[in-house]
Order: sequence, then C-alpha cells, then structure tokens
Amino acid sequence: MSLEARQEILRYHPDYKEEGRREIKVGPSKGYRIAHEFVDLLEARSRVDPDKVDLSRVDYETDVLVIGGGGAATIAALIAEENGAQVLIATKLRHGDANTMMAEGGIQAATKGEKDSPYYHYLDVVGGGHFKNDPDIVAAFVKQAPDALQWLESLGVMFSKFPDGRLDAMHGGGTCRKRMHYCADLSGLEIMRTVRDEARNRPNIKVLEFSPAVELILNEHGQCAGAVLYNMETEEYLVVKAKAVILATGGAGRLHVQGFMTTNHYGATADGIVLGYRAGVPLSFLHTVQYHPTGVVFPEQIEGWLITERFRSEGSDIVNVNGEKFVNEREPRDVESARFIKECLDGNGVPTPTGKVGVWLDSPMLDILHGEGRVRTAFVGKWKVYDRLGIDISKTPMLVYPTLHYQNGGLKDNAECETAVPGLYVAGEVTGGLHGENRLMGNSLMDIVVFGRIAGRNAAVFARERAKQGKLTLKHVKTYLKELKEAGIITDRVAPMLLPDYTTPEVKEKQLTVSYLGTLR
Amino acid sequence: MKSPKGLPYAGYKFIRGCGCRGGTCGACGTVYRKPGDYKLQVALACQKTIEPEMYMALIPFFPTNRAQYEFAELTSVPEEVFKLYPELFRCVACNACTKACPQGIEVMDAISALKQGNIAEAARLSFDCIQCGLCTSRCFGELAQYHMFQLARRIYGARVIPKAEHLAEMVRKTNEGRYDQILDELKQMKKDELKKLYQEREAEPMAAGEDWKPTDTRYL
Repeated sequence: MSLEARQEILRYHPDYKEEGRREIKVGPSKGYRIAHEFVDLLEARSRVDPDKVDLSRVDYETDVLVIGGGGAATIAALIAEENGAQVLIATKLRHGDANTMMAEGGIQAATKGEKDSPYYHYLDVVGGGHFKNDPDIVAAFVKQAPDALQWLESLGVMFSKFPDGRLDAMHGGGTCRKRMHYCADLSGLEIMRTVRDEARNRPNIKVLEFSPAVELILNEHGQCAGAVLYNMETEEYLVVKAKAVILATGGAGRLHVQGFMTTNHYGATADGIVLGYRAGVPLSFLHTVQYHPTGVVFPEQIEGWLITERFRSEGSDIVNVNGEKFVNEREPRDVESARFIKECLDGNGVPTPTGKVGVWLDSPMLDILHGEGRVRTAFVGKWKVYDRLGIDISKTPMLVYPTLHYQNGGLKDNAECETAVPGLYVAGEVTGGLHGENRLMGNSLMDIVVFGRIAGRNAAVFARERAKQGKLTLKHVKTYLKELKEAGIITDRVAPMLLPDYTTPEVKEKQLTVSYLGTLR
Repeated sequence: MKSPKGLPYAGYKFIRGCGCRGGTCGACGTVYRKPGDYKLQVALACQKTIEPEMYMALIPFFPTNRAQYEFAELTSVPEEVFKLYPELFRCVACNACTKACPQGIEVMDAISALKQGNIAEAARLSFDCIQCGLCTSRCFGELAQYHMFQLARRIYGARVIPKAEHLAEMVRKTNEGRYDQILDELKQMKKDELKKLYQEREAEPMAAGEDWKPTDTRYL
C-alpha cells in the first residue's frame, strides 16, 4: 500500500476519533488530547493523603528501586545490580506477571549481516511509526539490539535455531528483512522466565510482590528518591527510600480504551503514567494506542484474546460476511485494524450471537493448503482452547476484531532513559518515543531488553555518583492535587487504578457497606 | 465462562491467582473435583470453563526449594544439576506430576531425562512449562520440577546449542561503530527523504530462503 492509501484507511482507526479523547487540564502536558480513560486517571486523586504519610519512617532503603515486575523491570534490575547497586523490585502482582510473559511473536534485531543491518531496522521502525518517532531513541535501539540479543543468548534463552546455531527469523508486519527471532511461539515466556531466574540468583536483588507503588517520592533537591508502596493484602502504605528509581510498570490494556476488549495482562492499568506525570514527567505519543487486528470477538469466554499473525503468514485469509477478501497482508497493525473496523462500519461485518460484529479469519484454509490436520498440529494451543468451547477451528473459521494490545506512547524520556526528574529512569511500555505512533511486531520485546539495560546501568551510576542526601517529600503530589482543584476538577476517582474492576452492576447494588474501616479499596 | 470472568461475575475480586488470563503466566493453577468423582483434577483457572457443581481451589503459590547458582560458572555436565538438586533422585516415578500438568507436559519423562543426564531432552520436553507449581504440589518425592527444568533449559540454551556466529559478527560490527555514520545521517534526515528511502527499500520475499541476498549492499 502507498503511504497515502494507508492514511486514507487510518481515518477509521480509533486513535483518529476525536470524540474518543479530550484535553488534559493539569500537569506538565496540559492541553494534550489523549483518550478519556487516560485523562480520567490523570485527573484523579491520590490513593493516599500525602500529609498522612510519615516520610521520616523509612520501611525499606536501597540504592535502586525498580517499580514493576515484568521484562523491562527485571532486566533493569539485573544490570543495576551488575553495576554495583543494591536493588529492590516492587511489583503489583507476582514477579513476572506482565505482558512480557504473553508475547508470542518474537524479538527484532538485525543480526544477519549479509542481508540486514541497523539501517534497515531503523527505516522499518520509523516507517511503522509514521515517521514521528524520536530519532535518537530509534538509533540507540537498532544499534544496541544485536548486543541485547546476544546477552539473552548468553543467559540461556532457548532461541529457535538451526543445528549450526544460526537463528531462525521471520517477517513481521512492516519489516523489509526477516529479522524477527523467536523461541517457538512462547518468546516472551522464555525471555521472562530466564531473566527472572537470573534475578533470583542475585543476592543483591530483593523483590516485594503484591506491593505496587502509588506515589513517587522526591527529595528536597528535586531528585527522585523513592516511592510509597501499598501492600494490597495488609492495606499498609510503606515508604521506600532510594538513590535512584526505575519506573517500568508496563501498559494499559485494562483501561479498555473506547470500550475495546484487550489482550493484556490483569495488571496493565497505566499506574506508571500516573506516578510519573504527578512527579512532573511530560507525556509523549500517548495519543496513540495499538489495537491488534486479530482479537477473538466470539465466543464471549475468550473475548479479546490474541490470535497470532502466524495464521495469516501460513495462508489464512481475512474475509467479510460475503466471503470476500478486503485487506492487504503484512501492513502495519494500525492500518490493518482500521481496515477491519471500516469493513464492519460499511455493513460487511459478521454479526456475532453476543451482539458484536467481527470478520472471519479463515483457519480451515490451512488444512486445505497444507493438508488435513495442519491447524491441529501447527496451532495446537488455539485449537484446544476453541475445542473446549465446542468450536473446531480446522472446520469453522474464527471471528475476530481489533483488540487493545499496546500503549505506543507514555512518559517522555531520551535514549539514556532519563526523564524530566533527575534520578527517575523509565523503560519499556511505560515510555513513549521509540515506536512513534505505531509499534511493529517484535519491537516491544527488544524495547524492554535494550532500554531495560540502559535504565539499569544509568540508574546505578546515578545512585553512586549523583544522588544527594536530602529530606524526602511528597510536595509534588500536594501541588498536583491543588492544581486539580484550581482547574475545577472535583472527583471521587482515585489513581493509580492498580486492578481493574469487573464487578457487575447486579453485585454492586448489593454491596451495601456504609463505610469501610480500612482503606479506599 | 472461565474463572477469571466467572468469579468477578459472582462478586469476587482477585489479588492473587490472576495474571495474564491467557494461559502463559502460571498465576492461576487450580485443583478441582466434581461430585461423585474420586479424581482430583487440575487446570489453569483462566483456561477452565466453570461447570455445574464443580468445586475448586486456586493454588497461586506453592513453596519450593530453588537452588542459587552462578550461571557463568556452570558447565553442561549433568553433575551440575545433580549437585544443585540432589533431591532429583527422590523421584519414585509415580507420574503424579505428569497428571497434574495443565500444559500436558510429560513431566516425569523430563525428570527421568535429567536423572539420566540428558539435559537437552529435559529442556525440550519442558519447553512449554509455565512454572505454575502444580506438579510440585503433587510430588511424592518433594521435587521442585519446574526449577530443575529452568536450570536445564538455561544450560541447554547457553552451553549446548551452538552460539549464533552471525550474531556475534553483527555485535562486533556495531560495537566497532560500523553503522554510526549512517545512523547519524538517518537521525538528521528530513521526513520526506526518509519516506522516500522507506518506500524504496528492498523487501525480502516471504518465501525467500536463508540464502537470499539483497541487490543493494551499501548499507549492510
């Protein structure tokens, strides 16, 4: 497709729907138009009254505090530790419960010098991102990607390889060279469990689970110097004092932007955006979120689940209610999603028994093309899931629709993972700039490795060389709350959200407790 | 309805026992029974459709023994695993682990492979392991199978499969600064020029084999 033709289709993408967003009225990116679901969280009260937190009573003290427990966080912790820091990881769920674990596709790096180089990787990244990406960040990314991949190899990640050690690689949407490496169809799981295992070998990395951060703490010099954690089970708030902080809290699928279903992890609730923004870090590219074109729209039990693009790589077509093909293959994800949505708006979608609409993904085609049994052997996981629900996807096509998949933007940083707040580093999905307005498949796993490592190293150096001792403060939170009041925002909303609430109205109307004796939960 | 949808529907809210909701994180290992059936069944809650009369318990965490090790110092000899996990030989081959695996892994076979010193086989057999711990919860010999498998996979990945030589070569070239200048040029480039380069870039065909070479080699 030409770039002009892509633009024409993109008008149907949810990001381009003006009624889906509004201006944020406070904070360092005041006036920026982003999805209501993000604004709702940013224009919300703190979970805790900053005046009630006694910052002189420190519960944990460390050199580097890592907030988050996924790939970027764990990799940052490893490298910070290697650079001499004592590290504390504070995470909301279990260590490793994150979108990283769910990544199926692969990890991009230019590794085959006879046909590929960082130059081509760069072009693909910026082309996918509509040429708006941050050039410094992209250059650092493509240059360090091979080294990052080699580091994973040295840790024992089982990449799919030829017998002589040569890495398998395939195309992803928007790549001009086959540079997406993988570990069967469990790339994220394999990377996550390996780096987590390595973190458990390091005596200087401690992990606090079920203890999300709810506010960052600064010191009197304006440096980031810790965080307030919330123990979700005992409902205590705890003070961590640190010399540098790495925020790697991941994405936001559970906000269900514009009512979309999501592929994301239970904990993907944009917490880091809220924390960083209140502390003074501007937003970058948060006006775009990624919808994966092929999410399950029926049956309802597995709604939102991702159907890997590999079905289409093997020959499954996308067709409308009339059985007609309408979409080009291997376009970037935003273009594909927009095209699906257009087809449904044009009345060519397939109505589902649950009152939704989708398009067909022709899985039985694989048995026709490659011989009987292909779906059952090549996609056994998905076949089993559908089979339990009474659908044989080797005989019946799947119903799919775009599903909320990735937060393209986030907190603004630079190629060194530094933010507007000294001592505060960010890495992974919580950041914005690398992917511009649209991420390519296989670049999020590499994102967490390249920038996890950079953030870890720089935070350790900051902790050692630049961090100053000083009085801890939550003044920035009070200022933010004051700003909200002055902007006329009176609300009961509290943020960060921590966990999504799926309580049904029928249950809610029977939850009659007058007043909770504990906290806001 | 699957449990992560069903329980909130009934008014429960998860803190422990819910993760990716897609069957890969291992947070929601579950045991259940159905009335009149002696057999204890296992599942991942997020993958299990709720059935009438079933009664279940989530096991979001099971305490296990995990050995600490310096990975850089490990070799690929089987004795490395034996030293770190001597309890491996407490396995009585009862196969309860395999029956408890929601991933359908031949857990006992993988343990047997380890006992025989076949790290590669253990790594391959256990590749789909999501470390939910249900095998461990049922183990008569009190083995932490999933930690042993993790060790086996790492040794296999780093010490048994050959290293990718083309990767090492590319790392050498990037670290020597071979691409610094063209990347700098790309960084400075105006959007229109970038768009032109993007649209003109040569695409490796989908069906191309490993021997495919581009015609333009200036930027390699």
